[in-house]
Amino acid sequence: MEGESALPRSNGELVFEAPWEGRAFGIAVALNEHDVYPWRTFRDALVEQIAADESAGRSSSYYERWLASLEEVLLRKGIVTRDELDARTDEYARGVRDDDWVPHGR
Amino acid sequence: MPDDRDGHHHHPLPETPAALRTKAIESLLVEKGLISSDAIDYIVQKFEQDIGPMNGAKVVARAWVDPEFKRRLLENGTEAIAEMGYWGSQGAEIVVLENTPTVHNVVVCTLCSCYPWPVLGLPPTWYKSAPYRSRVVREPRAVLREFGTELPDDVEVRVWDSTAEVRYMVLPERPSGTEGMSDPELAALVTRDAMIGVTRVQAPALVR
Repeated sequence: MEGESALPRSNGELVFEAPWEGRAFGIAVALNEHDVYPWRTFRDALVEQIAADESAGRSSSYYERWLASLEEVLLRKGIVTRDELDARTDEYARGVRDDDWVPHGR
Repeated sequence: MPDDRDGHHHHPLPETPAALRTKAIESLLVEKGLISSDAIDYIVQKFEQDIGPMNGAKVVARAWVDPEFKRRLLENGTEAIAEMGYWGSQGAEIVVLENTPTVHNVVVCTLCSCYPWPVLGLPPTWYKSAPYRSRVVREPRAVLREFGTELPDDVEVRVWDSTAEVRYMVLPERPSGTEGMSDPELAALVTRDAMIGVTRVQAPALVR
């Protein structure tokens, strides 16, 4: 597919398989670079998430685990609440927000 | 799908739960003033376009031709790599491991995916996989064999486990038949897999 052939690849593999993976990656890194948490905090959450999913036999992808780890860190630090997150996710799901953070057409 | 003011659909395809969740997180964090979408764009672009194994390949080529640089690289990988303009996110240390005729180093992150981003970019899927993470520590020679790397019995294999604080890059052995090659010519021979340590650098005559 022409669109896909334009997506950034590293050694023949896509760097991010979907735009949200890049966003989740960028958010986690940006928060660390802005000193919201040391890298070890995020890394420890990722290690926990991977271990939990692997021992439960869940077939979640690497970035799904990354996203879950990011959410966990934000919740533990009280930066967002689960209610806020659920409500905002629902708003995007219903298409009722007129702001959009992800570039179109990727 | 609701139309916007111009009557066009924004989202012809339904978004996955993960995509929606990620948007929600970004939206809330920007609203709370913790990050900007521009900062995220910059990081994504950097890792999609600018950072990758070609960085590490240049470091390796430099070390092969410049013994003083090689000495500095082995003594303090982070600083020597920064000399070449590549420096780390998360302030992690990068330790460079020299492969020799008697020692072959290979790198893993057994618990997740820690990897020397400034010189190699983001890790490949196989590096992050459960089989690689568990097997390379238990049976490194078997794993290397699967990558096409056969090591003589008298070569010591050392497996290094990466952490949040310390990442590793292998300095592969320079193959014979590369005398007199320029830095760019040498760098072109160095693969990502050789800098992880699962393969060795092929001599130019063997490159197809």
